[in-house]
Parts: sequence; C-alpha cells; structure tokens
Amino acid sequence: MSSTTVVKTGTEGKAWGGGNRPLNASYGKMMMWFFIVSDALTFSGFLASYGFSRFKFIDSWPIADEVFTHVPFLHGQELPMIYVAFMTFVLIMSSVTMVLAVDAGHHMQKGKVTFYMFLTIIGGLIFVGSQAWEWATFIKGDYGAIQTKGGNILQFGQYIDDDGTQKFERVALRDIAVTGHGERVRNERNNGVWFLSEGTLPTYTVDEVVNGFEANENVLVRTQLLDEHGHKTVLSREESLQQLKANSTAVIEGANLHANEYGSPLFADFFFFITGFHGFHVFSGVIINIIIFFNVILGTYEKRKSYEMVEKVGLYWHFVDLVWVFVFTFFYLV
Amino acid sequence: MAHAHKLEILRGLVKFKSNTQKIWGVLVLLTIVTTVEVALGIYKPESLFVKILGMKALNWIFIILTIVKAYYITWDFMHMRDETKTLRRMVVWTAVFLICYLVFILLQEGGYIEGIYSSGFIKRDF
Repeated sequence: MSSTTVVKTGTEGKAWGGGNRPLNASYGKMMMWFFIVSDALTFSGFLASYGFSRFKFIDSWPIADEVFTHVPFLHGQELPMIYVAFMTFVLIMSSVTMVLAVDAGHHMQKGKVTFYMFLTIIGGLIFVGSQAWEWATFIKGDYGAIQTKGGNILQFGQYIDDDGTQKFERVALRDIAVTGHGERVRNERNNGVWFLSEGTLPTYTVDEVVNGFEANENVLVRTQLLDEHGHKTVLSREESLQQLKANSTAVIEGANLHANEYGSPLFADFFFFITGFHGFHVFSGVIINIIIFFNVILGTYEKRKSYEMVEKVGLYWHFVDLVWVFVFTFFYLV
Repeated sequence: MAHAHKLEILRGLVKFKSNTQKIWGVLVLLTIVTTVEVALGIYKPESLFVKILGMKALNWIFIILTIVKAYYITWDFMHMRDETKTLRRMVVWTAVFLICYLVFILLQEGGYIEGIYSSGFIKRDF
C-alpha cells in the first residue's frame, strides 16, 4: 500500500463510525434541516400567539377582507384577497424556479442554474416590494375611526339601497368631518418643555368628527363587536350619538403599534410582527441567493464538482415559501 | 442519491417522466389549491358556515388545504420524498408534535380567557 499516511480507524462501512453519511445527507444539508425545524418552531410560536389573542377577542376581531382590499393602480376599488393571492403566486413561482435551479445543478448545467437563480431573486424582490406596499397601505389606512375611552374603535357608515336590499357601506372621516375654527398645533420639543413632543396629529379633531356626524343624518356608528353572522354590529342613530359624545377620545387614521382604525390594536401588532419577520426572512433569502448566484457565475461549484450549496439555500428559500402559506391562511383567509 | 428522484405524487395516481416535469406538475397542483382557497375566501359561501368540531367548515377547509400545500412544498420542492425515512421522521414528527402541542395550549387558554370576558365579572368597558 502506498498510502501509508492514512490512518484507518477500523470503522469503515459502519453507520456511526464516522466518515460516512448516516442519514444519506451531508452535514451541511442536515444542519440546514435542523435550522429549519427550529425556525419553524419560532414561526409557529408567533402564529400560535396570534391565535391566542384572536381567540381571546374572538367576538371583536377585525375582518381581514375589509382590511386588505387594495390593489396597486386600481384606486377606490374594493378587491379583497386579489393582491395577496398575487403575492402568494409570485412566491410559489420563485420556489419553482429555485427547485429547477437545484435540478439543473444535479446535472451540472451551469447556464441553467444561473438563469433560474436569477429568476428566483427577481421573484423574491417582487414579493418583498409587494409586502412593503401592503404595509404602507395598511399604515396609511382608508376610512379613519374614533377611539373610545376603553380603547375600542368606532367606525362610520350608512345604509345604501343596493337593488332592493339594504347594504351597509363605510363612510370616511373626510366625507363627514366639519372643519372647525379651532387651532391645535403639534407639540414639538422646541416649543414647550424640551423633552415633551408628540407624533403627527390626525387630520381632524374629535369635535370636528362628532359635529360632522351630527350634521349627516344618515350616518351610523359601527362597533367592533361581531354578530352571529360574522358582521360588525351597527348601532342605531341615538345609540351612535350617545356613544360618540360619551366615550370618544381620539381620532385614529391608519395603523401603528398603539392603535389602528380596524379594531383591536393586537391585530396590527401581530400583522407587523409576523409579516415583518417573514419579510425579513425573504429579504435575507434574497441576499443569500445573490451571493450563491455570483458563486455560480464565478464557477465555484463547477470547480467543486457539486452544486449542493444551491440545494441548501434552496431548502431555506422553500421554507420561506412554506411559512408564507401558513401566514396567508391565518391572516387573510381564516 | 442526487439523481434518484421518486417521480409519482398522489400515491402513484400521477406519474412523471422526469424531475423537471414533476416540478411543473406540483406547481399546477399548488396553483389549483391556492385558487380554490382564494375563491372561497372572496365568496365565503354561507352554506360552509356550519360548525364542525367547534369551528366553521370553511375554516377547516382552509386549514386542510394549507396542510396539503405544505406537504407538497416539503415533499417535492424540498425533496423530503427522496430523503431517508429516519431523516424525514426526525424533522417532520418533531416539528408536527411540538407545533400541535403549542397550538393546543395557547388556543385553549385564549378560549378560556374569552369565556371569562363574556360570562365572568370582568368586562371590557366602552
């Protein structure tokens, strides 16, 4: 034997002797699987706590179909689900191009791997961009609402005759508010106590909204509470007036971590946190994909005679898609 | 291992000639499932509002379809179908068990607190 320097341990061929692959998977791939398991548990922890809060406020949780109704370039149309369905499809599609890249890698086709990796990155960028747009729309809000002393939300709307049936249609604050003469200036650090300041003021004050409500005879208040058909409860005119006058504290436009015009503050908190954490995964996935993409172009894996690295980032990328499937169901569908 | 792909889905109902073809086949399946979900989500048929085991039939359909999608993403896109049985069980059983456990306790507790709010002395004031 010429290879006298090689030390033999006498365990060759035995499953746990080292030097072979007990589960037929390389170390790197197996560790990626274990990372995915732990990350899956993190995400399910978030989604389960979302479920906890939702079960806690099951009779007053916002209806997702009324919150996410916008599609870019189609202003003023109510199209629930359409845009998020598009986002889901983009992510599944980029998963497909990723798995095609992995497949081309198995056949050592550098050109194809490059092309499919490129498409995957584009898909990821479209998804992250869409999510940013979704966030911006959610933060901006559309109708506006009044917050009560107990932290609940009162929204406005009126019954419209729609082919003989009465249909409740939302009314925006800007359509009813009567602009008063009072002036309320935003408190900034330079005009008062130096450590006290406040955020952007809402467009209208509570008084302007209440006056506007009194002036518009048909407008009614809608509370957060769901009735047995899953619709929000609409108060009568007298109840509406009484609620507004007795309990209004603030005007809420859009959503932030403290309050949102759609209902329970927890809804926006979880939305920002879970889709944000997922979006961060997509973003980091895109970055990792770009690194691998350049490695492919430089011929790193061609020299290594194995494209397993593409397979490993592929696993991560599919996992991101997998998580989105669940986020989609629990935020938008159920 | 790298080239030994199992090429049938739906328990051998659909067989593919190559791995690439299988990928497109799975895409078609996932697209159909997503389309059904979105259609049900938009129209929300009243007939599916009946409760089965404490939850609306519609929500059961959504959750089951989601698990179907998750299965095909893991099995075909992440190649779980081609891994050894031991690796598959290590990953899937662990995750499924822990997630079911966590979801059960949190939802149970959430429902309990809801019960306190709606039937106990503690009320959310307006």
